[in-house]
Amino acid sequence: MATAIEVAEKAEREDIRSRWLLSTPALLIVFVAALGPLLIVVVYSFLTPGNYGDVKWQFSPDAWVSVLFERDVFDDTLSLATAYLSIFWRSVSLSLATTVLTLILGFPTAYFIATRPDHRRDICLFLITIPFWTNLLIRTFAMQQVLRNDGIINSVLQLLGITDHPVQLMYTNFAVLAGMVYVFLPLMVLPLYASMEKIDFRLVEAGYDLYATRFEVLRRIIIPLVTPGIVAGSILVFIPSLGAYVTPRVLGGGTNLMIGNLIELQFGQGRNWPLGAALSITLMAIVMVALLFYVRNTTRSDGAHG
Amino acid sequence: MVSRLPPVNDHGGEGNILTATRPAVEAKGVTRIFRGTGRDSVKALDNVSVAIRENEFFTLLGPSGCGKTTLLRLIAGFDYPTDGEILLYGQDIAPLPPFKRPVNTVFQSYALFPHMTVADNIGFGLKMLGKPKSEIEARVDAMLKLVHMQELKNRRTSQISGGQQQRVALARALAPQPKVLLLDEPLSALDYKLRKEMQIELKRLQHETGITFIFVTHDQEEALTMSDRIAVMSSGKILQVGSPWDVYDHPAERFVADFIGETNFLTGMVESAGNGRARIALRSGAKICATAAEDFRAGGNATLMVRPEHAKLVKGRGDLTGTIETIVYFGTDTHIHVRLDEGDVFMVRQQNSRSASCGFENGDKVGISIGDDAAQVLKD
Repeated sequence: MATAIEVAEKAEREDIRSRWLLSTPALLIVFVAALGPLLIVVVYSFLTPGNYGDVKWQFSPDAWVSVLFERDVFDDTLSLATAYLSIFWRSVSLSLATTVLTLILGFPTAYFIATRPDHRRDICLFLITIPFWTNLLIRTFAMQQVLRNDGIINSVLQLLGITDHPVQLMYTNFAVLAGMVYVFLPLMVLPLYASMEKIDFRLVEAGYDLYATRFEVLRRIIIPLVTPGIVAGSILVFIPSLGAYVTPRVLGGGTNLMIGNLIELQFGQGRNWPLGAALSITLMAIVMVALLFYVRNTTRSDGAHG
Repeated sequence: MVSRLPPVNDHGGEGNILTATRPAVEAKGVTRIFRGTGRDSVKALDNVSVAIRENEFFTLLGPSGCGKTTLLRLIAGFDYPTDGEILLYGQDIAPLPPFKRPVNTVFQSYALFPHMTVADNIGFGLKMLGKPKSEIEARVDAMLKLVHMQELKNRRTSQISGGQQQRVALARALAPQPKVLLLDEPLSALDYKLRKEMQIELKRLQHETGITFIFVTHDQEEALTMSDRIAVMSSGKILQVGSPWDVYDHPAERFVADFIGETNFLTGMVESAGNGRARIALRSGAKICATAAEDFRAGGNATLMVRPEHAKLVKGRGDLTGTIETIVYFGTDTHIHVRLDEGDVFMVRQQNSRSASCGFENGDKVGISIGDDAAQVLKD
């Protein structure tokens, strides 16, 4: 005879087993489709580049060395690889600028939508998502039409007599930034809206009632309450903009590369797959460090309010 | 820095005779029209005028949609009147935003800040007024003590019960020492026992702080037990303002009598009137004497009201006669429903005693005796 305890233990074991069984398909996809390729990338970064692309199965730390340093052609001494570092720096700073700008533009937009009556909110949200219906490449080329020397902005400027020759907008950091802000703005507005919609606006009234001015209500009540939305939106904008490829390629031209373009170059014309792999992992590491830093910081400042 | 009215309680504690009768809040011809989409617009307040005295526990009572909350929101500053003035100690505050009014609100849902502790919630108003930290701490502690919440000071507001949240909301609104405290159905979310406790607690707080309370409720019992004066409202208008005793025993019109307490209504014809009294002839021929306002003339139709506890059941003939239909036992008293000979149902409330039953049974032929002072003639 099994005692009650044994029966309970057996049931629990079976329960755990069936849980593992049920999550197997999902775990399989995660391992095969996400972790597996990642592992291949890690392995490739330690190999020697082949002559026509691909890799030779021969260990070499060269790829990792050249992420940070460049070897002098004549005396083999190492110096900092300023070319790559400047591309990394441009990527990070442009992504940060994109995140901040989309936040500044997206916050009032989301607030406006969240304070409309229900039926108008749906229309507003619908309008926000319309750009997603068009291919990213086409939208980026549309931006090009706006920014070109004979594009809309320059035509208007010349028509108004503000300048007599076109202002160079294309192939600048400004063009890349403008393009990325345009592309990523909905990704900021939607999570912001989602957390603003949940705010009980009586809390805002309570703030006013307790002598808080509009600015203080924004600072001490609305912003702390939408922090989850700000975090989610910033992550959703920062990560893809760090890896952005199409926008800097089309609007930034050959001189304003970002990491994404650099990586593509190694796998394409550069024929240096290990370096491409090493750069990819470096990019991922930057994203992870930034994320860790950001999430920890925002949760702590949230805690400090209370 | 924006200029603010000082939220300081400047009356000298107790018994300042000069200011005792000065209105703390006065609404003068206030109208609020909500324009909907298209043509439908709602008149939430229709030319309302009322004066609320200093240190008074004043209640706005009425069914939902009568405009009581709208009036409260106008005083708080969350909404602006379409027409009319709102005066605070004689000063028109209608154009001021809420953060410039020395008035605080206890919200129906409490509206506590979920990202702050109990102490931070209570100190919020003082912080916004730019008070020094030491003063805020002392005041928060005093407030916590006032509402018996010292031990929960550092809890998050999501970690305390509904009754405790209610106390925090009260303490938060009282902390800046407003001249007037507005309470928007603050007890409606509490269960019966807790509600009774908080009613007494609110009365005590009002007495201890000497702040003018304006209390909104649809619960007539709550209004009667707590208020110094009650304004009964219906469809955007104030029907009557008076003490609980006034509105219960001398309702100005039928709606007030019907909304507050239980009432028997009888219809008849005025036979004679004068000197504040009238003689009403009912359909059955019974004649009843009642108090009446001066503007009733002989020959007109009239509605008569009798409170169930002011009538008495008698065996044999009374002022009215009928048959007992149902007897409902309520613990403290018994309600006896009598079908009158003329057709209407009349309810009589009898106090119970421990030893005896009510003394009547279903189907008994009984008389109802109405005392000299028990009936009142009402305007419809």
